[in-house]
Amino acid sequence: MVPPSFYLILSAILFTLGAAGVLFRRNALVMFMSVEMMLNAVNLTLITYSRLLANVEGQVFVLLVMAVAAAEVAVGLAIVVAYYRHKETADVDEMDLLKW
Amino acid sequence: MLETVWLILLFPLAGVLINAFLGRWLNRRLVAAIACLAVGASFVVALLVFFAMLGLPAETEAGGNGRERIIPIFTWIVAGSFKVEASLLLDQLSILMVLVVTGVSTLLHIYSAAYMKGEEYYNRYFTWLNLFVLMMLILVLGDNFLVMYVGWEGVGLCSYLLIGYWFEKKSAADAGKKAFIVNRVGDFGFALGIMLIFATFGSLAFQDVLPAAGTILPGTATAIALLLFLGAAGKSAQIPLYVWLPDAMEGPTPVSALIHAATMVTAGVYMVARCFTLFEASPSALNWVIWIGVLTAFFAATMALVQKDFKRILAYSTISQLGYMFVGMGAGAYAAGMFHLTTHAFFKALLFLCAGSVMHALSGELDIFKMGGLRRKMPWTFATLLVGVLALSGVPFLAGFFSKDEILLGAYEGGALVPWILGTITAALTAFYAFRLLFVAFYGQPRLDKKIEKHVHESSPVMLVPMAILAILAVLGGYIGLPRFLGLGNAIDEFLHPIFAASVHVPAAAENATMEIVLLAISLLAVAIGFVAAYWIYIRNWGLGARMTKSAQWLYDIVYNKYYVDEAYTEVIVKPLRMLGDFIAVAVEERSIDRAVNGFAQLFGLAGEGLRRLQSGLVRNYALAMFIGIVAVMVYFLVRSVWGL
Repeated sequence: MVPPSFYLILSAILFTLGAAGVLFRRNALVMFMSVEMMLNAVNLTLITYSRLLANVEGQVFVLLVMAVAAAEVAVGLAIVVAYYRHKETADVDEMDLLKW
Repeated sequence: MLETVWLILLFPLAGVLINAFLGRWLNRRLVAAIACLAVGASFVVALLVFFAMLGLPAETEAGGNGRERIIPIFTWIVAGSFKVEASLLLDQLSILMVLVVTGVSTLLHIYSAAYMKGEEYYNRYFTWLNLFVLMMLILVLGDNFLVMYVGWEGVGLCSYLLIGYWFEKKSAADAGKKAFIVNRVGDFGFALGIMLIFATFGSLAFQDVLPAAGTILPGTATAIALLLFLGAAGKSAQIPLYVWLPDAMEGPTPVSALIHAATMVTAGVYMVARCFTLFEASPSALNWVIWIGVLTAFFAATMALVQKDFKRILAYSTISQLGYMFVGMGAGAYAAGMFHLTTHAFFKALLFLCAGSVMHALSGELDIFKMGGLRRKMPWTFATLLVGVLALSGVPFLAGFFSKDEILLGAYEGGALVPWILGTITAALTAFYAFRLLFVAFYGQPRLDKKIEKHVHESSPVMLVPMAILAILAVLGGYIGLPRFLGLGNAIDEFLHPIFAASVHVPAAAENATMEIVLLAISLLAVAIGFVAAYWIYIRNWGLGARMTKSAQWLYDIVYNKYYVDEAYTEVIVKPLRMLGDFIAVAVEERSIDRAVNGFAQLFGLAGEGLRRLQSGLVRNYALAMFIGIVAVMVYFLVRSVWGL
């Protein structure tokens, strides 16, 4: 059996990769995927502790996170697509219309 | 039957609501019909109530007033010990007022239907007219000072609205404002008086306050009475607040007739009559009333002598006659004052309707020196105007004769000799200006513009019938109050007696018939002098008037310009107030308050200017800021849990 610490380490790695992706990538789509990765890393942590502590609450919470993530992606992707159609780019550095 | 008196209020209210909300979509005839029917129905109910009242004994077995009813409607205000019922007080005094108000209003509504035919805001006119009737009825039927005050302000509002009916005309809009503002000065006194009444008596209901008036300190009583009288002087156009009434003639003529001659301006007289115990409780208040009244009567009559505007002559005459009523009130001849109020309502409304009829025929011309010879062209108007003039000047056997002489008699009996003399002189002046009006406008050679002269015509029957009815009333109205020496009984005195029974001025039972006849003869002589003078100047020696004017130009100018009272008010009151207003507008409003507010706005603007540099527009910067923030929060909690802080 794989020890729980492995799951936690994997989760930490995934979260770090996601955070780095959000911070350093310029493409809005990639940033989105990175955000999803961070969410799933957290989900993994929650599942792990749920198993470890034999408590079902963690799993319920994961389901909620997935639902919210799905909704968020639906809206976010729509915005990105609309923006791309409008400006022919998805580079976040060029999204500065609301700047002072 | 007496308890159904609330119906009298219901009909005009219904008329107001229908014409206000649906009038725009209704046929003009229907609008007028609704308004007339609403008031007419009120009048019918008032008549039924009146006859039912006559059927009751004047005195109950316990000695109270058997014809008095208090009709509760709802409890209006309850706050601690302050309790106000919205209830109606029906007694001899209020039913008399209700009859006058609804009766004259009905006739004037009918007259208006024809007179206002071509006007644009037809439904608005009738809405306001009905609203006026409603408010006036609330005023006279109110059972306490606060309900009365509601009506008091309501009629002021309607007066303002109707004076400014032709609001596109600047003079009309200004006149409306003037009436409203001058009335506010009086209302201010009335409001203070009401507050003082509550502070003194702990109640505002008439039946609590009025019988207890004798128990308070004379100083307080004087203060209350004078404050109330200030209100009355505003509404009833007495010195020093009479200046609004002549200007109010800018309104449509039926409005002048109804509001500014027959009903609203008598509200002050009614109020003094209603509160007479308060006035009698003060040693000096009645003196004030009688002197203000007689001075107003005299000076307004002198101003009427030289005016050229048909309606303005009548306006000054109204002020003068209201002065007479206050003389009656001040002398304790309350019934005589109310009697004169009633007869005056008839003949002054009639005179104004004649003025309207003349205006209609002459395309709005009002200068009597540009009329002349209308007698033949407008026979019906001439006949009714003749009746009005005779009644106003106090020619025997017409209404004004009986009522005016009863007031003068009351003044004489009350020991007010100088007011009596002034009142008698005023009677001569009244006869002079009334006949001057008649002679100049209706006799002699026509002095009209040729263009206007071609169109001169008699008015339509819809206008003539109300005039004829009022003319009949102006003749017969006097017979409800015959002089005592005839021994036929004075109906109105007897009817109103229970109201004024508590007065200290109840006339001695054994009257001196000789003295009464002598006084009557003196005032008849005064009327005759006025008539002969007018006849001499304006019929026999046409042009004498103009020569007399020339020879005493300075005097004429002073009187013609109304003693420069308006100008004095402008200098002494309006201009300083305006300067104060300008000072507050600039120094306080703009320089202090506005600058403080604008300063704060600028401060926040500058702060925003500085902070907006943080918005770099780079999404990753925002993400980094968020990341750092989250890490900082986590570190904080980590540190706390590890070191147990």
